[in-house]
Amino acid sequence: MLFKFEKRPEPSSAMVYASPLIAGLLTLVFGLIVFAALGKPPLHAFYVFFIKPVNSLYGVGELTIKASPLILIAAGLTVGFRAGIWNIGAEGQFIVGAICGSCVALWFHGVESPFILPLMLVAGTLGGMLYAMIPAFLRTRFNTNEILVSLMLVYVAEQLLIYLVNGPLRNPDGFNFPESRLFGDSALWSPFFDGVRMNGAFVLSLLALVLLYFLLSRLFLGFQIRAAGLSPNAAHYAGFNSNRMVWLSLLIGGGAAGLAGVNEVAGPIGQLMPDISPGYGFAAIIVAYLGRLHPVGILMSGGLMALIYLGGDTAQIDLQLPSAVTGVFQGMLLFFILAVDLFVNFRLRLHPRFRERRA
Amino acid sequence: MTTRDPGAARGAPPRLELRGITKHFPGCLANDGVDLAVRPGNIHALLGENGAGKSTLVKCIYGVNQPDAGSIHWEGDPVTIKSPAEARHLGIGMVFQHFSLIETLTIAENIALGLDDAPDLKRLSKRIREVSELYGLPLDPRRTVLSLSVGERQRVEIVRCLLQHPGLLIMDEPTSVLTPSQIDKLFETLRQLRDEGVSILYISHKLAEIRDLCVSATVLRHGRVSAHCDPREETPRSLAEMMIGSQLPVTERPPATRSAEPVLCLNGLTKPTEDPFGQALSDMDLRVHGGEIVGIAGVSGNGQQELMQLLSGEMPADRRDHIVIDGQAVGAQGPAARRARGLTFVPEERLGRGSVPEMSLAENTLLTGYGKGLVRRGVIRLRAIRRQAEAIVERFDVRCSGIGAVARSLSGGNLQKFIVGREIMQQPRLLIAGQPTWGVDVGAAAAIHRALVDLRAAGCATLVFSEDLDELFEICDRIAVIFAGRLSPAKPVSETDYDEIGRWMGGLFPESPTTDEPHASGRAEHAV
Repeated sequence: MLFKFEKRPEPSSAMVYASPLIAGLLTLVFGLIVFAALGKPPLHAFYVFFIKPVNSLYGVGELTIKASPLILIAAGLTVGFRAGIWNIGAEGQFIVGAICGSCVALWFHGVESPFILPLMLVAGTLGGMLYAMIPAFLRTRFNTNEILVSLMLVYVAEQLLIYLVNGPLRNPDGFNFPESRLFGDSALWSPFFDGVRMNGAFVLSLLALVLLYFLLSRLFLGFQIRAAGLSPNAAHYAGFNSNRMVWLSLLIGGGAAGLAGVNEVAGPIGQLMPDISPGYGFAAIIVAYLGRLHPVGILMSGGLMALIYLGGDTAQIDLQLPSAVTGVFQGMLLFFILAVDLFVNFRLRLHPRFRERRA
Repeated sequence: MTTRDPGAARGAPPRLELRGITKHFPGCLANDGVDLAVRPGNIHALLGENGAGKSTLVKCIYGVNQPDAGSIHWEGDPVTIKSPAEARHLGIGMVFQHFSLIETLTIAENIALGLDDAPDLKRLSKRIREVSELYGLPLDPRRTVLSLSVGERQRVEIVRCLLQHPGLLIMDEPTSVLTPSQIDKLFETLRQLRDEGVSILYISHKLAEIRDLCVSATVLRHGRVSAHCDPREETPRSLAEMMIGSQLPVTERPPATRSAEPVLCLNGLTKPTEDPFGQALSDMDLRVHGGEIVGIAGVSGNGQQELMQLLSGEMPADRRDHIVIDGQAVGAQGPAARRARGLTFVPEERLGRGSVPEMSLAENTLLTGYGKGLVRRGVIRLRAIRRQAEAIVERFDVRCSGIGAVARSLSGGNLQKFIVGREIMQQPRLLIAGQPTWGVDVGAAAAIHRALVDLRAAGCATLVFSEDLDELFEICDRIAVIFAGRLSPAKPVSETDYDEIGRWMGGLFPESPTTDEPHASGRAEHAV
C-alpha cells in the first residue's frame, strides 16, 4: 500500500463542513458518468436533471412540495440523532401519521369547516408519536435496539396501509381501486398562488427548523440531548435521565414524521393510497446527515434531495430513464457522504516506508 | 542510601545526552533548548509540573516526536530516532504510565506482541521466567493479563523492556498505581538494574521517592530547564519550588466545627456485582459529618469505582436506607435528586464522565451547575453560565484559551482543576472527590487542597478517595481504607500513621468498626 489512513489528533472541523459539499460534487460527477454510460449526452442530462425542474415558478413550487416532508422529518430525526437515539423508522411513522390524518378527513367527509385541517394535523402528529412510542417503550423497558424495532415497524405500517385502502377506508364509489375517497376542500392545504402548488406545509417545515435551532442552542433540554449524544457517561453523571432522552427523541421524531405524512395526503396527493411516500422517511436520514444535523444545513440538503426527486421525474420523461435513477442518486449521495466523512477523523498519508525512501 | 558513586562513570560519555532540544506545537513551545545528560548506571529524575514539557521530551527520546532543533547523543554519537522501534533498537525501553496490555491474552502473548523480533512462545516464556526471577519480578507467563493486579501488570511492562537488554529505561510515574510495599519492591529492582549499568530516566511527582532513589535530577518549567540538581541535597519543598518557580503555599488547616449529626451515613452498604471485572461491596459502614474531611485510602480496583457510583447515584443501592444523606434515605435516588440535596461529585475520569470532551468549558459548567440558577424556565442563561465559568477559571487558575475552549483541548491537570472548581463552587453540603489531584501538578494540587479545606471550614462534609497517602494525611481528619470491597473503620489521622494505613491497604484491618467517632481531643489536634 502506498498510502495509509492515519487518525487525526483532532477531528478536522474544516472537513465537517467541506464533506457534504465534496460528497455533492462527487455525486454530480459520477452522475454524469452514469448518464454517459447510459448513452445520454451528459450535459443535456445535467440540464434535464438539475436545471429544468426548477426553471419556472411552478418548478420552484414543486421543489418546496418535495422539500417540505424531507426537511420536517429530518428536523425531527436530528433531535434523536443528536441524542444518540437512532430512529430509522420515520417512513413508518410518516405512513401512520398519514393514515390518522386521513381518518379525520374521511370521518368529516362532506363537512366543510376550517377546523378539519388543523384537526388532521394534530391527529397525524399524535399518530406518528404513538407509533414511535413502540420502539421507545421496548427500548426503555426491555433494552431492545431501537434501530431494528423502528425499522421493522416500517413494514408493518406499509401492510397496515395496504389493508386499510383495500378494506375499511376504500372509496365505495371507486371501482375497487385501492384508494380512499378524495378529501374535501376543508381537508386540503390550499396553494398560496394559482398555478403553483407551494402551500402551508412548507411554512410548517421552516418553523420546525427554527424550533430545532432554538431547542438545540437555547433550551436546557437541547443541551441535555447533545450531552447525552456526545457522552452518555457524562450525561448519566450529571443526572440526565437517559430514558427520558429516548422517549423525547422518538416522540419528536415520530411526531414530525407523522405531521409530514398528513401534509402529504392533505397536500399534493389529496387522498389515501398505497404509495403515498417515495421513501421520504429514509431519504430524510440522508438529509439530516448531509445537513450535519444543523438546521441551516438541513434546509440546504433538503433542497438538494428534493431536487434529486424532481430531476428523477423529469429524467424519466425526457430521457426515458427508469425511475430507479432517483434511488441511484440518493445512494451515491449517501455513499459519498459516508466515504468523505472518513476524512473528518482520518487523513491519508504516504506510507512511512515510502516517506523514508523519499527522505 | 546505597547509591554507587556516580564518579565511577566520569570520563565515559553519557549514555544519553540531549543538547538544546526544542519542540514546537501549534500555539505552544513545549520544549525550549532542553539539555539533559544521563550517565551509565545512574537513576536520573525528570521533574516538572503538568504541561512543563516532560512528556514531550520523553516522546522525543523514544522516537514518538521529532525535535525541531537540537540533537540527541547516544553513547556520545549523534543519532536521530524516528520511531519507537528505532529507539528500542538503540537500547531505549519505556514503561508508560498507562499500560498497553490486552487483557484477554496471556503475559507471554502480550510480550510477544510488543517485541520487534519475538521468538516462539515457548522460548519466550522461558526467558520471561528467567528475567523476571533475576530481577525479583515473579511472573507466570501463562497467566492472562485479566487476572493480574495493577502491580503485576506493571511488572509485565518492565519485563517486556528488560528482555531487550536496554541501556536506558524510561519510567513514567511508575509508583502512581502501587502500594507502599509494592513501591519498595520496585525500587529494589530499579537499584539492581542500576548496579548492572542500566541507566534509568525516572519521571515522578512524588518528591520524597525521587530523593530516595535518584542522584541527579533535571527540573523543567514551562518547557525550559529550571535547574539541574542532586535531589539528595534538596528538600521536597525546595524541589517543588524549583518546579513551580515560586514559594509553595502551605495548606493551613484552621479548626472547623464538626456538625453534631452526620451528613452522610452508609448503613451496611452491600452491593453484589454483575460485571465480571467489577468488585462486590460488602457491609460498609461510615459516617461523614459536616466540617470534616474523611479520606478513603486503597489501591485502585478494590471497590472505589463502585462505591463512588453508589454514592453519586449513578448506580442505585439495593436498599434505600443503605445510603442516608441528612437523615433521608436516598439509596434509590438518581444523581439529579441527590445533587438537589447538595451533593456534588468529582469523578476519576475527567473526559467523558466529568466533562463532555467536545463541549466548551462554558457548556461543561452547565453540565452539573444547572440547579444553581443557570437555567430559567427551561431556557439556558448564557450570560450567567459565562460568568460562572469565568469565575471557576479564575479562582482555580485553569490554563486555557478561554471558556470557549473545548474540554478535550485542556491538559489533564487543568481540566481536573476545572472540574474540581465547578463542583466546589456549587457550595455543596456533601462533596465526593475521586483522586482529586491525580496527575495534577504540585501548585495546582496545593490549590485544590486549599479549596477542600476552605470547604471544610464552611461546614461541608467531604469524602476524598485517593491512592496518595501524603495527600490524605495532609488534608483529612479521618482515614478509612477500602480493600476487596470492604471498608475499614475510619481512624483519626492523629491516631494512625503510614505504617498502619499501609498494612490496612493490604487487607489487615479489624473487622468491626471500633473507632468510627474521633475522640474529642483528636479534633483539637487537627487544628494546625
